[in-house]
Amino acid sequence: MTRQQAQKIAVSAITAAAGLVVLPIVLVIVYIIVMGAGAINWTFLTALPSEGMTEGGIMPAILGTVILTFGTAIVSIPLAIGAAVYLAEYAQDNWLTRAVRLAIVNLAGIPSIVYGLFGLGAFVLFLKLGTSIIAGSLTLGIMTLPVVISTSEEAILAVPQRFRMVSLSLGATKLQTIRHQVLPQALPGILTGMILGLSRAAGETATLLFTVAAFYLPRLPQSLFDQTMALPYHLYVIATQVPNMPLTIQYGTALILLLIVLSLTLVASVVRTRVRRRREW
Amino acid sequence: MNVTTADDTTSTGQAGPLTGTTDRGTWREFFVEHAIKAAGISMIAIVGLIFFFLLREGLPTLGEVPLGALLGTRWYPIEELYGLIPLVIGSLLVTAGSVLIAVPLGLTTAIYLSEIAPQWQRDILKPLIEVLAGIPSIVLGFLGWVALAPLIQSLGAPTGLTAFTGSLVLAYMALPTIISISEDALYAVPKEYRDGALAIGATQWQAIRMVVLRAASPGLVTAVMLGIGRAIGETMAVMMVTGNAANMPAFGPAILFEPVRTMTATIAAEMGEVSQGSVHYHTLFLIGILLFIITFAINSLAGRLIGGQEQRRKRGQI
Repeated sequence: MTRQQAQKIAVSAITAAAGLVVLPIVLVIVYIIVMGAGAINWTFLTALPSEGMTEGGIMPAILGTVILTFGTAIVSIPLAIGAAVYLAEYAQDNWLTRAVRLAIVNLAGIPSIVYGLFGLGAFVLFLKLGTSIIAGSLTLGIMTLPVVISTSEEAILAVPQRFRMVSLSLGATKLQTIRHQVLPQALPGILTGMILGLSRAAGETATLLFTVAAFYLPRLPQSLFDQTMALPYHLYVIATQVPNMPLTIQYGTALILLLIVLSLTLVASVVRTRVRRRREW
Repeated sequence: MNVTTADDTTSTGQAGPLTGTTDRGTWREFFVEHAIKAAGISMIAIVGLIFFFLLREGLPTLGEVPLGALLGTRWYPIEELYGLIPLVIGSLLVTAGSVLIAVPLGLTTAIYLSEIAPQWQRDILKPLIEVLAGIPSIVLGFLGWVALAPLIQSLGAPTGLTAFTGSLVLAYMALPTIISISEDALYAVPKEYRDGALAIGATQWQAIRMVVLRAASPGLVTAVMLGIGRAIGETMAVMMVTGNAANMPAFGPAILFEPVRTMTATIAAEMGEVSQGSVHYHTLFLIGILLFIITFAINSLAGRLIGGQEQRRKRGQI
């Protein structure tokens, strides 16, 4: 085999492998849309489930996911942006900074079910919050931290140094420089990170199992200390735990979950590309 | 070779010598700056707290179940048999299977994206891979359960819910991690390297194989490791499609086509039904400790590799 033949074979094999990755993605999404679209109507989106979930809608699950996503945002965003500003603007190259970075890398790698165990041990039992929206939001919020921190730090670091120099040379303090020059410039990147982190939280199931999720709760949560249904867990329940569940309802629930999560991902990606195009530096 | 360009120096934001005037700093400024610092350092505290609460609920097992029993080959909590070996083997099997699928596919896709695909294809493919990363694991698990498992069963397996089904679903969940990190590593290899190889007569494939892949190898290893970390910790999808049989698989050529149960799925499936403070409860937390330690080791090592690569890039060695 000549090396020109090897080149041809290699390129075709590599192209075929890329196809093997991409085709199933398209297939999965099209399949869920085709199978689930039939279930979706106004009642499905706005009614409470009835007849042991085999009829009615999934409104409490949708609402639960929305509430949990907001809760996650409240817990994680202030802390994550603080940590990102620290790493990008204040941290010196020493053991402490390396330890903080190591901690963040590891937070990103901890399995979601282990976060669930932590939430159970720390928030549900130790702080006696019970299986509640607040315990679930705290757990999801902590799980979301590393994504938001690393994207925000990248966005802050991408702001050119001359912005800081000009601001400082005009007599602004370091904090004023960060607040009025650096953060506004980095905002779109930070937003992207926040949305990506929240989209992950919205689709998460294992973390919810012991911290917040209700198997079947045909009413709306009354307070932050109440349990709630959530879309991902609801999908798990109706797919595996409820006998004689109509398949269209299962696919319809999967489709709604997919739409919520992917629209968040899409928004994040639009924000990012728009900013890249507009950026003057 | 020094690859630091003028562009790099303007875009790095490390404040370093620029500290600003502090004489106008009020107590409020002092407070905010310390809050920022506390936010950063709190990350260490959070990891510590996670480990602490796992230990607090999981360590009592060691006093309740003899170590020999934990190393047993039967997991059957109703009869107080807490052998972890079948669960560990279940996790290893499913993860190994997914690595066998995802690593070749992921690395070649990264090569395609970085070296071969024209720009318009890249503009379509990269968002698609982000979409794959965004699909919730429960949705992939659901599809594995309602569509993939029956398909595998129709191909002649006694059941569709096997370690292999889990590996296949997991592989696609690990792919975005592997692809994006290894593509970054390939992209960071300077163009001069490729040009140099092509100029002395190498074909494109030879340039990729002998120059680009070697220069990018630390990043590629990191990508594979983080992919493994992602696979071993995955829960819901695996729980739905691997059949959840906590038995020792029969070792043989068809080992991947037997039902298994992973460590993660065991926690998820059983924690809801145990009473708090029981031996079973403590043992499930012990499994959590094991998972924490495994992923901590993988990620610390991967983090080091990435750090090392950044150092070398700064010094201009790659």
